[in-house]
Amino acid sequence: MTNIAEKLNISEKLIATLELEKNSLAGTAHIQAIRKTALGSFTEQGLPHRKNEEYKYSPVSALFKSELCPAKQNACAKLTKSTIAELRIPGLDSHLITVVNGFVSEDLSDYNPNAKSVLVYNTRNTAKHAPALFEKHFGQYASNDADAFIALNTAAFQDVLFIQIADNVQVDKPVVILNVTTTETASLASPRNLIHVGQNASVQIIELYVSIDQNASAINNSVSEIVIETGAKALFYKIQDDCPGLNLITTTQASQKANSHFDTHTVTLSGSWIRNNLNILLEGEHCESHLNGLFILNDSQHVDNHTLVDHAKPHCESNQLYKGLLDDKSSGVFNGKIFVRRDAQKTNAYQSSKNMLLSDDAAINAKPQLEIYADDVKCSHGSSTGQIDEEALFYLKSRGIGSESAKALLMLAFTQDVVNTIRIDALRKHAETLIEKRLSK
Amino acid sequence: MLSIKNLKAGIADKEILKGFNLEVKAGEVHAIMGPNGSGKSTLASVLAGREDYAVTEGAVQFNGKDLLDLSPEDRAREGLFLAFQYPVEIPGVSNINFLKTAIAEIRKYRGLPPMEAKDFLKLVKEKQALVELQVTLANRSVNEGFSGGEKKRNEIFQMAVLEPCLAILDETDSGLDIDALRIVANGVNKLRSENRSFVVITHYQRLLEYIVPDFVHVMYDGKIVKSGPKELALELEAKGYDWIKKELGDVIEA
Repeated sequence: MTNIAEKLNISEKLIATLELEKNSLAGTAHIQAIRKTALGSFTEQGLPHRKNEEYKYSPVSALFKSELCPAKQNACAKLTKSTIAELRIPGLDSHLITVVNGFVSEDLSDYNPNAKSVLVYNTRNTAKHAPALFEKHFGQYASNDADAFIALNTAAFQDVLFIQIADNVQVDKPVVILNVTTTETASLASPRNLIHVGQNASVQIIELYVSIDQNASAINNSVSEIVIETGAKALFYKIQDDCPGLNLITTTQASQKANSHFDTHTVTLSGSWIRNNLNILLEGEHCESHLNGLFILNDSQHVDNHTLVDHAKPHCESNQLYKGLLDDKSSGVFNGKIFVRRDAQKTNAYQSSKNMLLSDDAAINAKPQLEIYADDVKCSHGSSTGQIDEEALFYLKSRGIGSESAKALLMLAFTQDVVNTIRIDALRKHAETLIEKRLSK
Repeated sequence: MLSIKNLKAGIADKEILKGFNLEVKAGEVHAIMGPNGSGKSTLASVLAGREDYAVTEGAVQFNGKDLLDLSPEDRAREGLFLAFQYPVEIPGVSNINFLKTAIAEIRKYRGLPPMEAKDFLKLVKEKQALVELQVTLANRSVNEGFSGGEKKRNEIFQMAVLEPCLAILDETDSGLDIDALRIVANGVNKLRSENRSFVVITHYQRLLEYIVPDFVHVMYDGKIVKSGPKELALELEAKGYDWIKKELGDVIEA
């Protein structure tokens, strides 16, 4: 009982702080109204408790241990342009947008804000000029009532990064969103993105999560809404590396219109406690979605990947492949849900979760779920968990390859099919390097 | 080079090798024949260091070192090579990366400088020709999607690249058609030298028409029961293993 009371306490205190601060947060009347609704929703829900099926294997009590304040803008003095330069992906020419503790940092970004095809708005500074598209789409996809963390983000965000790709524009180079957490106190950062990919446009977005000297109790709770209009194509890469100790909740809410293509990769190599929600609504015909995930965990890391693919219209295809390598006392969750609505005939929906446990203390909970209401569909899901293949290991050793290198080779091999589908060459090479480094630890 | 004395080994509680003795000198080719279940593959596994098997008695000296004391990888680094009866498919590990890693670790163990990339590629190309292995190795995973014949040729190819001083061929002829058998045997013959020895484990005399041994040993019930020159293989082919069993029976009865 005391436990629950303590938890309520933390969540109540957070609500009180947000109530107190809400009037001082920047934003138009439109944004203020959205925040107010969200705070009401969060007040009603509170933090997810253990009985909440969606958080059964990732109890948030481990996370919300101390009192939290909304993160302040005061970025760590260590954050300079040269620090940021070091965090960029080698050999990748990109538009860089740096977000520190949920605040877009113009100084640390490197993109051309005047480019007509790619518009970047930062609502804190340019709230008064919010474009019509922003008002039309913001807050319309990520539902407060679906997840308390969406409500919490919507109640607490300070700044919205709005990326708008105009119709028919093929963005020349990848857009990198560098999401830095660096908070000295136990605080809650709430980065918020809205990405609108216009009709027949195409864009590649890489979201890098980095933590620098963050407080051990600090939490980053981010929400991205992505709208992919008719015929548009978006590649979306989430790379969680170089974020030791990070407590992170990310929600990506995508909505796909007809003939659109959405390709995602969620790669987790670092962090302390991470929950990634990836929800995709296929609301037009002939859409294609690919969801790829890879997590490599050790120590007592915990990573939970929740996916939801909602097939609302016919002739769409979705494909999921999530792979996990877990060592030491780490734990992982894959929870994948596929809905096929009654109208969604001729749906092809596939899902596969494969995991390798490298120690007796590592654990994985894989829960694939299919709910099908249409009768002319092709769907499959599968989940497997195994260990290092001893036969293969012996074969490698019998050729003179040492035990550790042999294991690293096999683990690297296990990650191949996810890594190989990364379509940006420099990013794929970077990911390979990071994984090799990670596996030779 | 290899000296096996009174080797006893088994799996779980079952003793399979029951006092096995063998002396192999540099440059010699020894054939080990015998019926199913006589312990031939167990011998190969124990020598290569497969951990499922427990050695209960005996000693194995390899180039003056206690072989049984070495890890499987160190045995390979010391110059032992096992051509597998059932080569393993390893999806995601490219043949080239596999060999490159093996060579790098073997050279490091021996205190040799790393091999230059161009020398490595030259070596691979040369040895591939030796076993007429035409598959593109760079993009393909180890043994993945290889035919039975290709897998066996890949074993001989790896042997050629790693240049061991002692190679154990564990039923390399099984599952090969006559052309593949000839190619594999040619590969082995080209690698024969006064410094390199072979232990060829086989059921059939056929392979020994191509790889002509210096000695033929008959293994039965975990040990060698008869040894002789290469003609022994022909005699076995003609009379079958029952002849040996019967002779042994006679010995036991007498």
